[in-house]
Amino acid sequence: MEIKGEYRIAASREKVFAALNDQAVLQACIPGCESLEMLSPTEMTAKVRLRIGPVSAAFSGKVTLSDIDPPNGYKITGEGQGGVAGFAKGGAVVALTADGDDTILKYDVDAQVGGKIAQVGARLIAGTAKKLADQFFGKFAERVGAPPPVAAA
Amino acid sequence: MTSATGIGARVLRTEDKRFLTGTGRYVDDLPLARATYAYFLRSPHAHAKIKSIDIAAAEKHPGVVNIFTGKDLVDAKVGGLICGWVVKDKHGDPHKAPPHPVMAVDTVRYVGDTVAMIVANSHDEARDAAEAIKVDYEVLPANVDLARAFDKGVPQVHAEAPGNLIYDWEIGVKADVEAAFAKAAHVTKMDIVNNRLIPNAMEPRAAAAEYDKGTGNYTLWSTSQNPHVLRLILSAFVLGIPEHKLRVIAPDVGGGFGSKIFCYADETMVCWAASRVGRPIKWTAERSESFLTDCHGRDHVTHAELALDKEGKFLALKVETIANMGAYLSTFATAVPTYLYATLLAGQYTTPLIYANVKAAVTNTAPVDAYRGAGRPEATFVVETIVSKAAAELKMDPAELRRKNFIPTTAFPYQTPVALQYDSGNYPPIIDEAMKIADYPGFEARRAEAKARGKLRGIGFSSYIEACGLAPSQVVGSLGAGVGQWESAQIKFNPTGNVQVMTGAHSHGQGHETTFAQLIHDKLGVPMDQIEIVHGDTATTPFGMGTYGSRSLAVGGSAIMKATDKIIAKGKKIAAHLMEADVADVVFENGTFKVAGTDKNVPLAQAVFAAYVPHNYPHAELEPGMDENAFYDPANFVYPSGTQICEVEIDPDTGIVEVIAHTAVDDFGNIINPMIVEGQVHGGIVQGVGQALFEGAVYDKATGQLVSGSFMDYTMPRADNFPSFKLGYKVTPCPHNPLGVKGCGEAGAIAAPAAVMNAVHNALAPIGVKHVEMPATPLNVWQSIQGAQRAAAE
Repeated sequence: MEIKGEYRIAASREKVFAALNDQAVLQACIPGCESLEMLSPTEMTAKVRLRIGPVSAAFSGKVTLSDIDPPNGYKITGEGQGGVAGFAKGGAVVALTADGDDTILKYDVDAQVGGKIAQVGARLIAGTAKKLADQFFGKFAERVGAPPPVAAA
Repeated sequence: MTSATGIGARVLRTEDKRFLTGTGRYVDDLPLARATYAYFLRSPHAHAKIKSIDIAAAEKHPGVVNIFTGKDLVDAKVGGLICGWVVKDKHGDPHKAPPHPVMAVDTVRYVGDTVAMIVANSHDEARDAAEAIKVDYEVLPANVDLARAFDKGVPQVHAEAPGNLIYDWEIGVKADVEAAFAKAAHVTKMDIVNNRLIPNAMEPRAAAAEYDKGTGNYTLWSTSQNPHVLRLILSAFVLGIPEHKLRVIAPDVGGGFGSKIFCYADETMVCWAASRVGRPIKWTAERSESFLTDCHGRDHVTHAELALDKEGKFLALKVETIANMGAYLSTFATAVPTYLYATLLAGQYTTPLIYANVKAAVTNTAPVDAYRGAGRPEATFVVETIVSKAAAELKMDPAELRRKNFIPTTAFPYQTPVALQYDSGNYPPIIDEAMKIADYPGFEARRAEAKARGKLRGIGFSSYIEACGLAPSQVVGSLGAGVGQWESAQIKFNPTGNVQVMTGAHSHGQGHETTFAQLIHDKLGVPMDQIEIVHGDTATTPFGMGTYGSRSLAVGGSAIMKATDKIIAKGKKIAAHLMEADVADVVFENGTFKVAGTDKNVPLAQAVFAAYVPHNYPHAELEPGMDENAFYDPANFVYPSGTQICEVEIDPDTGIVEVIAHTAVDDFGNIINPMIVEGQVHGGIVQGVGQALFEGAVYDKATGQLVSGSFMDYTMPRADNFPSFKLGYKVTPCPHNPLGVKGCGEAGAIAAPAAVMNAVHNALAPIGVKHVEMPATPLNVWQSIQGAQRAAAE
């Protein structure tokens, strides 16, 4: 499934792009993120606790940054194993465009789940992924931009 | 004998006392000292290479006793799971038989494929440890879409099955059928999908095993429909435990519907690991595991054509089917869409020429095998849907078209063009009775009345035939079955006169403890409370084939009758000795041996006592004891038949289909317990309507994830979906078994889907809807209505 969204952030593209590469910012904004460690500038390991419908699971996995094109955007992908709950993987292409002093952040998320999460929560995944994406980018926009922006998605 | 508890009496079920008071004993109830608990790690991917499995962290988890993976089984030289029926393809070659490892070794092939077994001191500890196992998968593209399973470029499930083809099988002469089509006045064509179903027995599958180090004996408790067959498979093919060192017990089992016939990975692992762990192991499937790993049912894609002459007589039938086998061949998977399907395509009709071609496909989905009716519901759906479609196209009454083509009552035994010889039948009075009960003449008035309320009312027929009472061993052997299909019985009197009857059949809801006791009571005069029916334990019952294919009464009951004959014959000799009479003058009536024309008599209990305390006994002629065995191999299948009529109302604004009335008139031959038969028919209809209106197993076509994997997304029929059913019976006794009985366990599920869908199509025809696939959910029906309205507007 694919989810798209758009946020206006009251900050320059350079500032937004730097924040997108900042481990502390990412950790604070990823919903349910319990830890995020940098292995290299483009690779991180993460632990994330998520609830999808009736299934709650702790996912551990890798987060990779690719197609890095400062300050225009990048691709962030993650793949997590949730043990007996199954797996989740997905990515977001993030594109930044300047609009005056603000930055327009567009994201395009593609997510896949498997195992028990898919078995009992398939109907809920689109809604959950949309909610998670909004939580992430909402929090991100709030943290990076000032004053708090209005979601334009 | 006529008695309140004999043959034909509505005896309340003996077993219900324990089932209704919560005192049944199921596998999970077993108290096993020092038990460990197993948890199975399942594949979350439909198709993937296993690059590595790291169990190091999991092994250190608290409570973990052992962890096993597929490699351990390879090292221990454990065999694969087997498919017990060799189907030869149209060139005479045996079907492709890709290996079916008990646990995946280097590849997983469906979501739910078994990857590791964790044994711990508690279920929760085993489950927690499973979280810590790291499996490195290389995800592969999956083959999920059955209709395209053979297409070029589709991912290959097994190297041993090139093109995903297990067999390309046929029955009938294609050229003859084509010639008949060339001369036809009318040809009806249809493309249909027989939707995939998930069995959902009330009790999930469970297993427990114990190994006795002192004797080397294994005991496996399993939710099996056929404990002897399970033992045979585990011994001879999979685990190599000698048959006499393995005892399989299937205690109370809460429903099977076919899904508990087969030998599964988990019970195999529990048994195998018991000796390695050195403590008993218990496992009960979670409902989620049942959805993923119980063998599913049906799942056909079919194109069919029926040729008719200008009077409406059927000239020929042509059927092309792709049948889904799932990722591996389950125990009887190959037989279901061939010998249990295509051989039923004559239905109740004289169709002289039939050709069927069945291609079996492997896909990255759970294995598919027998499910209530097994092949026969699929065949009935094809035949009864196309007959009703032909009637609609020819503007003929669907009952009239059926009647015109029925096999005449005088034609039995009737040889069909698809191998079976129907032993008996009398179809016209059945449809007449069904139409009377359903008030068919009043239908148009009801349709008009419904229309005034804004509802679309429809009526549908389904006149089924089935072959059950599996099965004459010689016949199934010639068709590739790996086993015989006779049944056994042992009648063991105790010195005090009560009796234990051991049967090789297994009851998991059918009420054998009552029906079989009625046979004994009727034949031998023993009061019901003096009769114990014993089943489900290889140590206490003679080797038997178990329960499936509506065989328990027709085959198992017949074995019991044969054993009663032996009891009576021996009792007569004892009684003749005690009465100082000639055995030829001794008759047995109402439980007593008598000398005709005198008042001399010996009750059976007295003869039994004399057999065990043989102080005054014909020792020269007779052995002591009263304990007789019998085996019964049927001469033919039995052929129940019937007609169901379903009446539905559809709300065109919401697409909701409501079953307003459902009539079933069946010929099950003689009936032993009408109450139990009604229960079987009711349950069967509900499952059949479930298939037609509610149930559908759905895999995501790209990823192979089971998205209808819980009761939130898989709709089971419920009591409030149904009216009270109207039942009727016509009796044509089976001519070749001693009870004159046929089978009733599957009939409801076999006939109902076509009756419901014919009613749905009949209701929607006035607004131009041509076809609705099963399940006819509100969404499905509503979309069909919208599609028809768009088409009409264009």
